[in-house]
Amino acid sequence: MINANKAKKELAEKFGLDTERISVPRARRVFLEVPYAQFRQVLEHVVNGLKFRHLCTITGLDEGESLAFIYHVAHADGTVISLETRVPKAAPVLQTITDIFPDGVSYERELVDLLGARVEGLPAGNRYPLPEGWPDGQYPLRKDWKVGMLDGVK
Amino acid sequence: MANIKIPIGPQHPALKEPESFSITLNGETIISMDMRLGYNHRGIEKACEERTYIQAMYLVERVCGICSHSHSTCFIQAVEEIAGLAVPPRALYIRTIVSELERMHSHLLWLGVAGHEIGFDTLLMYSWRDREVVMDTLAALTGNRVNYGINTFGGVRRDISKEQLDGLLKTMDVLEERTKYYIEVASQEMTLIKRLSGVGYLSHEDAVKLGAVGPTGRASNVDADVRRDDPYLAYKDIEFKVITDTHNDVFGRTLVRVGELMQSYSMIRQLVAKIPEGPVTVKAPRKMPAGEALSRYEAPRGEDVHYVKANGTDKAERVKIRAPTLANLQSVAKMMENNRLADVPIIIAAIDPCFSCTDRMVQIKHADHGRQETLSWQALHAQSLEWYRKQGVDFADLNAKMSRRMKI
Repeated sequence: MINANKAKKELAEKFGLDTERISVPRARRVFLEVPYAQFRQVLEHVVNGLKFRHLCTITGLDEGESLAFIYHVAHADGTVISLETRVPKAAPVLQTITDIFPDGVSYERELVDLLGARVEGLPAGNRYPLPEGWPDGQYPLRKDWKVGMLDGVK
Repeated sequence: MANIKIPIGPQHPALKEPESFSITLNGETIISMDMRLGYNHRGIEKACEERTYIQAMYLVERVCGICSHSHSTCFIQAVEEIAGLAVPPRALYIRTIVSELERMHSHLLWLGVAGHEIGFDTLLMYSWRDREVVMDTLAALTGNRVNYGINTFGGVRRDISKEQLDGLLKTMDVLEERTKYYIEVASQEMTLIKRLSGVGYLSHEDAVKLGAVGPTGRASNVDADVRRDDPYLAYKDIEFKVITDTHNDVFGRTLVRVGELMQSYSMIRQLVAKIPEGPVTVKAPRKMPAGEALSRYEAPRGEDVHYVKANGTDKAERVKIRAPTLANLQSVAKMMENNRLADVPIIIAAIDPCFSCTDRMVQIKHADHGRQETLSWQALHAQSLEWYRKQGVDFADLNAKMSRRMKI
């Protein structure tokens, strides 16, 4: 558990984070939560400072009033930091991380299509994964979305 | 010469889902590739939120037809971690055995498809015959050729008998013998080396930058394997080498996969020798306590990632699935650059073996005057074989030679 606990300690000290909000549930897993204002700074340190160089994926969650995003970033030694942040659902705007992880583009497009996040700086390209002509404003992974909402949509 | 754009797909099951590739050509050289995905988006993540854990487990097993055990195990590991279930060691061993058999079935299938795409059909016939040996073994152990249904929360649904374990060892001997010959063919036959070398080049730097996973990354010398780096199941108890290669092309991807087959045979022998006695399941609750877990698994195609968030009920709050192919897609676009149209079939095949050649069209739209032509996948395949035959790379002799050698 050396690396996970070391990462926890370093992140807590460097960014003045509450250690209650950083958990190490088992070997090689770190979960932490940061306000969005601090997110980019922490992510850059995780990638460049702590050398977590592989983006596993980005998970998006609908929490009612807000949308949460978890960036799962892995170290070559098998440790994964799950960096969670949230933005209000009324204005779900994120900055792209494709400048750090070019392969994050598919994961960010999923957040746009399935959860209705707005990702600023996302490179132009085809939408993913929903089809062309999918009705505007319908985001299937939001909790209030039901399959029936597609009835009658042409 | 003006650039020409060729759309391939979307009825193109080269990868897991139907996909649409738009390839920009200058003459015969590929300038760039654009992708459109999601034609087969089935809403499994949403569906998991509306089903109980056990229902979701069977659904998740159907994310992929080949890596079914990979997805089911990756999901179940996350849920078991949240529930704090201590899965009996014998169950972990059985899951690992099925996991490695699945890798053999996937890699042997891939080897045949790769052979077919370059006109080496004898290799397809032989490796698929060997794959049947693996499929029969899986059917005998689990009751099914694919979608094995061996997993359940807290363990596995079937034990493996002493006779079955002994049978497994005999099967490994047969497969190892055959694979040794494939390695000889793959690494020494000039026809194969000339056809695959330099095709679908992905530099080490690009592989790292674009997050390539599995054999695709390892053939560009990315020394990463979840089985070693983030051990799960019984992988920490056994010894194996992570096969990497520095060719950075389809030739390297072939060597990595045949090398991994040999490792899998050795792993099965170790698992059979070490499998502990004891129960194969513990009782799992129907409602899972609130919590979250991230699970990783080395599927035949690379790192599979599942994130599960539980809310204390019998249904998950959120299930996030990232299959290995999605992680490799950015690399695919890069591999296409500066290759020839004739290499499209093998480059696509080198990513993934789910390749059924039906309902496939290539539409050629001349960019300068908008005239349209259509090419079937078979025609593109034939064009690819003919183009290479003219360059002096012809598999006719090799097919005959291998047929003679492998007659048993």
